[in-house]
Amino acid sequence: MSENIATIAYLGAAILFIMSLGGLSNPETSRRGNFYGMVGMTIAVLATVLGPRVDVVIGLSWIIGALAVGGGVGLYAARKVQMTQMPELVALMHSLVGLAACFVGFASYIDTSVVYTGAEKAIHEVEIYIGILIGAVTFSGSVIAFGKLSGKIGGKPLLLPARHWLNLLALVLVIWFGVRFVAAPDVNAGMIPLAIMTVIALLFGIHMVMAIGGADMPVVVSMLNSYSGWAAATTGFMLANDLLIVTGALVGSSGAILSYIMCRAMNRNFISVIAGGFGTGGGTAPAAAGEQPTDEVVAVSATETAEMLRLARSVVIIPGYGMAVAQAQHTVYEITKLLREKGVSVRFAIHPVAGRMPGHMNVLLAEAKVPYDIVLEMDEINDDFLDTDVSIVIGANDIVNPAAEDDPASPIAGMPVLQVWKSKTSIVMKRSMASGYAGVDNPLFFKENNRMLFGDAKKMLDEVFVALKG
Amino acid sequence: MALAIGVPRETFADEKKIAAAPEVVEKLVKLGFSVRIESGAGAAANFSDAAFSAAGATIASNAADLFAVSDIIFKVRAPSKDEVVAMRPGTTLISFIWPAQNAELMKQMSERRLTVLAMDSVPRISRAQKMDALSSMANIAGYRAVIEAAHHFGRFFTGQITAAGKVPPAKVFVIGAGVAGLAALGAAVGLGAIVRANDTRPEVGDQVKSMGAEFVPVNYQEEGTGVGGYAKVMSEGFQKAQREVFANQAKDVDIIITTALIPGKPAPKLITAEMVRSMRPGSVIVDLAAEQGGNCELTVPGEVVVREDVTIIGYTDLPSRLSKQASTLYATNLLRLTEELCKTKDGLIDINFEDEAIRGTTVIKDGEITWPPPPPRVSAALAYAQPVVTTAAVQKKSSHGHGAGGASISAKTLITVFAVAATLFWLIGAFAPVSFLNHFTVFVLACFIGYMVVWNVTPSLHTPLMSVTNAISSIIAVGAIVQVAPPIASSATDRPNTLILGLAVAALALTAINMFGGFAVTRRMLAMFRK
Repeated sequence: MSENIATIAYLGAAILFIMSLGGLSNPETSRRGNFYGMVGMTIAVLATVLGPRVDVVIGLSWIIGALAVGGGVGLYAARKVQMTQMPELVALMHSLVGLAACFVGFASYIDTSVVYTGAEKAIHEVEIYIGILIGAVTFSGSVIAFGKLSGKIGGKPLLLPARHWLNLLALVLVIWFGVRFVAAPDVNAGMIPLAIMTVIALLFGIHMVMAIGGADMPVVVSMLNSYSGWAAATTGFMLANDLLIVTGALVGSSGAILSYIMCRAMNRNFISVIAGGFGTGGGTAPAAAGEQPTDEVVAVSATETAEMLRLARSVVIIPGYGMAVAQAQHTVYEITKLLREKGVSVRFAIHPVAGRMPGHMNVLLAEAKVPYDIVLEMDEINDDFLDTDVSIVIGANDIVNPAAEDDPASPIAGMPVLQVWKSKTSIVMKRSMASGYAGVDNPLFFKENNRMLFGDAKKMLDEVFVALKG
Repeated sequence: MALAIGVPRETFADEKKIAAAPEVVEKLVKLGFSVRIESGAGAAANFSDAAFSAAGATIASNAADLFAVSDIIFKVRAPSKDEVVAMRPGTTLISFIWPAQNAELMKQMSERRLTVLAMDSVPRISRAQKMDALSSMANIAGYRAVIEAAHHFGRFFTGQITAAGKVPPAKVFVIGAGVAGLAALGAAVGLGAIVRANDTRPEVGDQVKSMGAEFVPVNYQEEGTGVGGYAKVMSEGFQKAQREVFANQAKDVDIIITTALIPGKPAPKLITAEMVRSMRPGSVIVDLAAEQGGNCELTVPGEVVVREDVTIIGYTDLPSRLSKQASTLYATNLLRLTEELCKTKDGLIDINFEDEAIRGTTVIKDGEITWPPPPPRVSAALAYAQPVVTTAAVQKKSSHGHGAGGASISAKTLITVFAVAATLFWLIGAFAPVSFLNHFTVFVLACFIGYMVVWNVTPSLHTPLMSVTNAISSIIAVGAIVQVAPPIASSATDRPNTLILGLAVAALALTAINMFGGFAVTRRMLAMFRK
């Protein structure tokens, strides 16, 4: 296959990737979108293997072997993963892209068969340097994100003293070693600054994600998604491969947009999320201490909940991370089905940052076979709470906190929230009275029309289901 | 200072409604307004003056007094010339207006420097449903249509086996399953009739079924949904097929209720004289489109006539015949609109043109005609959610993505961004070699494409988006593959072949996990999304 044919094949692959993302605009077309992606990837790999840059005689067995091993692992993981574990899987996969980018970067650096001179050499080396930098940050950051999401590392933000200065120091060091690296006369001399930078980048990635609290995870996951794209794009620059550049840019901007959407949904500045912690402005001190709600909450039993649902005409269910943890989505759907058969209108309200990654709740509900046309976004449903008889909040807290609207001193002030308190009755399912990730008290619990159903979401919902059936 | 709301008696002949109800007055007072009702205004709707004053309203002895002191006027029918003259300049009028049909009235009101909100112009967006008086009136009309039909029909609706013999159930055919049609369906099913319905919009079939009726489709391929969820004019071929369906139904059913309307056009003539002739003697037709000329050729608007032994009801005031209910619902619609106008709850109103619902409703602002409004921003073609039908799932087309970008950027930031970008581009252009520039061009353009494409992704698919981009980012495999065994490698002098091979193969294996795993898991997820 000639260089030209390979290039055209790459162009085709790039178009297929764009169509693949375009297909996701609608659940109807999304399956086709995924298929386009697969076709594009197949074309890209085939064109490369058969193209002028690969000696098939030596390379083919290696390539097939590597693809088979990796592919086998990937397919196995894809089959085994629970839908509640999707955020972990995605984070882990990001780390692989980061690591691969590092490997390719190092390999490219020590490869002497391609010789550059002058400005081209400098640019090529800068590309390698940045590629490895981004790859390493993506790798270590994603590994930590994986650890946090899977519960192997605690969700609380780790806040080192003077951490902003540490980050700044890391940045200065990276730039300084970068200058040393480009100035290095040969590969051996350049290896030292490159290796030191890699270590700094790895530490930086760890530090960055460690400092981020559990509720901010959707931003981090999408940000790492973006990084993995930029890593691919710099690799493309390094190897002068336009397909890598295009694809990397697509993935990079996709992740960046997701991060932006998530930040906006929390009314937070991207920088402040990345800088870590929650409410680093110092406003976290219980601002509303004086007006701490003193009323009692009203607890109800599963049977009473079932009774309320039976009498309702319209019900809105607000799932949160707690539903994912308790694996309660299937029971939720059983209840939904039962209520709908009885003629109750049941809908789901999804806050953009519910769960631990963008769209997490939608996937879980889809897994439980909830039809997607009764699953609505915040903006679509917020005005309907007035006409809702019962809203059930399952394992969510901050996204239904009225303090975000009423209390300007609250750390989450200004964050758009689901206005469940406007419905005739709201029922909050929670394990205990502990506050959410944001550590903010939730005045919703103390509202007159709110009821609390304490206990494990799955167990309680099972009881509600039995009571409804009986 | 809190504003004064005035509700005059309706002067239009036979209009029995009033634009207020005691329970609504109470809430308006809570919003901070003072409310004044003309004495006797609620009599025809069974609301006494005493009930209004108990709810917190003042009773004005005559219309002139009321107009003289009111800042806001609530009305049902569009005002007469005299009423417009009686209003003070600067008054806000909220009423049915029909600006398209009443150009002269619009001109007069504009000259009087009124601000006018037309309840018939409330945009059909989900947020504005609570103030949509057309829907609430249509709902009543549909219900009343069945009651009128039952009144003129000489038999039971429900089937019975009695000692005196078997009574067959009545068969009802409803044309047009909008709000009025669905209300009629519900009422007729409730009375025990066998009910069928037809509509040019195939997607309402489910709603019809959810009400316990049967959907009679026209077997002709054409999509009948027009702008904003209304029906549109259909092709000749479709109309022919439709006429056949109607002709067959006419021979079979006892009662036909027609509700077919096309915005801004005379009502389509769907029931011909021929079809009326083919109906059984004693059958009834209720033509809810009578005011717009009628769906039946023989309809006489405003009257009940008997033609070919078939009673044809062409009343144009069905909501008024249920005046108490109609007044309560209409007044509640007005209340909801007032709440939107008075977000501060201090008895003052703010006609905020940024708010799409208020913008659409306002036809005259401070004497300036603002009708028709600019077209709605989003094509929120949500099925016109039926206020009575809580069982049918409310259909909403998810608005794609979030619109582009959303937040508007201030001019200052924009200039800064442009300046920084321009400097960067100039630096790159000045120093970078050609080969880099080519790649850089591709990179920047690809970023923009990615930006455009991803904004279209619906939020419910964000997780699949991440996993598919994840799979796609395994394109790094291509970079690894070219390093495995480049053809020139054997001749290169000191290339550490083994080391590069090792790194490249490792990288390839890692990306292969992503490649296969990413696509497979996306596929698994997407397979779960179903309607």
